[in-house]
Amino acid sequence: MARLENKVVLLSGGASGIGAATAQMVVREGGKAVLADRDEAKGQALAAELGASAHFVPLDVVHEESWQAAVAATVEKFGALHGLLNAAGVGVRNSIEDCTLAEYRRVNDINSLGTFLGCKHAIPAMKGSGGGSIVNISSVLGLRGASYAMAYCASKGAVRTLTKNVALHCAQQKYNIRCNSVHPGYIDTPMIAPRLDSNVGNMSGRQALEELHPLGRLGQADEVAHMILFLLSDESTFSTGSEFVCDGGLTA
Amino acid sequence: MSNELSGRVAVVTGGGSGIGAASAALLAAAGAAVIVADLSEGSKETQVGRFVTHDVASEEAWQSLLADILEREGRLDIMVNNAGISGGPGNPETTTVENWQNVQAINSEGVFLGCKYAIQGMKHLGAGKTQSSGSIVNISSIAGLVGGAGPTAYTASKGAVRLLSKSVALYCAEQKYGIRCNSVHPGGVDTAIFNPLWQAVGRDQGKAFLGARHPIGRMAEPQDLGELVLWLASDRSSFVTGAEFTSDGGITAGLQRRSLLGPS
Ligand SMILES: NC(=O)c1ccc[n+]([C@@H]2O[C@H](COP(=O)([O-])OP(=O)(O)OC[C@H]3O[C@@H](n4cnc5c(N)ncnc54)[C@H](O)[C@@H]3O)[C@@H](O)[C@H]2O)c1
Ligand SMILES: NC(=O)c1ccc[n+]([C@@H]2O[C@H](COP(=O)([O-])OP(=O)(O)OC[C@H]3O[C@@H](n4cnc5c(N)ncnc54)[C@H](O)[C@@H]3O)[C@@H](O)[C@H]2O)c1
Repeated sequence: MARLENKVVLLSGGASGIGAATAQMVVREGGKAVLADRDEAKGQALAAELGASAHFVPLDVVHEESWQAAVAATVEKFGALHGLLNAAGVGVRNSIEDCTLAEYRRVNDINSLGTFLGCKHAIPAMKGSGGGSIVNISSVLGLRGASYAMAYCASKGAVRTLTKNVALHCAQQKYNIRCNSVHPGYIDTPMIAPRLDSNVGNMSGRQALEELHPLGRLGQADEVAHMILFLLSDESTFSTGSEFVCDGGLTA
Repeated sequence: MSNELSGRVAVVTGGGSGIGAASAALLAAAGAAVIVADLSEGSKETQVGRFVTHDVASEEAWQSLLADILEREGRLDIMVNNAGISGGPGNPETTTVENWQNVQAINSEGVFLGCKYAIQGMKHLGAGKTQSSGSIVNISSIAGLVGGAGPTAYTASKGAVRLLSKSVALYCAEQKYGIRCNSVHPGGVDTAIFNPLWQAVGRDQGKAFLGARHPIGRMAEPQDLGELVLWLASDRSSFVTGAEFTSDGGITAGLQRRSLLGPS
């Protein structure tokens, strides 16, 4: 049997990178994928390519009404909601000295408020579907600090503990809804493309990032998607409130 | 040890009450000139140092606070980013965007701004200060470590403080500023933050209920945390930066239910 047979999964950030790779895998494993993203062109195109088991909805994660509409559209289209992937996010470089308050708020709104709102509005729909699994993408930078990613670290630290709060709430309420966080190392997606192209000393940005990882290379979006798929599926039904690291040994 | 902080200038946000007031008193007793920056003045008996009306969520307030300190005290050495609110009850289903933003504005943005302006102040030389140096102490919570120790918005805000503290620590180390930054994670501390609970069940009963959830069998007193803040502020912790300091009577150490207040 396919691993996500008849499971309906909503994916924020589903138009690109890790979200797109996961959407493809969800469909391949027998599930329905609703790609939700603010990049409508890319999202529509990928949904069309994936066929009848996929659907696109426009989503801006910082707006509550937008989440309400995306969840409603998912249930209307496929009749249920079993999985939520919160993968929409922005990677921004700034330090404590050069980050403005407006920029701090923007990064935290997208990465952290956006993830909270996804959880908030998925829970009632999952309750109505007999339960579900929420996967929030934090980062290795939700586990360790980096001088050049102050606001990003804060936002991913928030996602890490928010995830545990959601997991315990749903467990206490006996909703049969699990919630876990995934912490990728550097993954070769459009998010880090600017860093790959800029040189660090006499190394290319790509080489410098590759060397950070004990495995000596960047991660691929598919490698993170495999971990997410496990968490979305019934293979992981005893895992909730936990941190799943996929980082080529970076934090070891 | 009693004068180990003489000549140093310290700011304690939220210093009018609870953990902040205890920290301010201990820093002052160790010889520091303490500026208590809070929304309103605390009770007269607990007051130490110089009081400045301050809202940590306002960037203008930080600009004028820093200018005022550099004019009056001439330097800044210690910043305790302690002001915070619980934001009231709220689980993932009931928390509103407004509540979320309110809590982040004080607990997360307030600490971000506190670090940013602390660094500016600590880099400022003068009044006997010839090298940039300093210690920033950010009060997170066990809610920044585990999921069942507070309301949803609060839990996220404290997770943000935990990680931003590490980014600040590493940045200041790379820049060779001599500025350290660490986070403190208290368990249950007997402060005004629990007033709603005291009002609901009575103070003695509330303290006994919360105390029993800590392996050590009691809640912390504000001084317990003040001593940790003092140690992190002093040169005794000069090799300590980017680290997390839990003072929670063992509540996060074991396998027991890590819920401070029970089902939300
Ligand atoms: N790539 C990495 O190295 C890496 C490492 C750790 C964590 N992550 C996290 O993984 C997640 C996915 O990142 P990715 O690498 O696939 O990046 P990506 O840039 O390829 O994809 C992110 C997607 O999120 C969408 N998005 C951004 N803001 C949005 C908003 N406000 N509303 C709706 N959609 C929005 C973008 O349009 C894009 O399609 C992010 O949360 C990121 O922080 C990435
Ligand atoms: N008491 C606990 O059990 C506990 C546990 C973990 C963490 N904490 C944290 O410790 C810190 C201190 O809390 P406390 O328990 O001493 O609470 P408290 O309520 O006794 O003191 C908090 C102080 O912060 C001030 N404050 C609130 N908003 C402010 C603002 N916008 N600008 C300036 N000052 C503001 C208040 O006026 C008050 O004097 C908080 O960050 C809190 O989250 C407390």
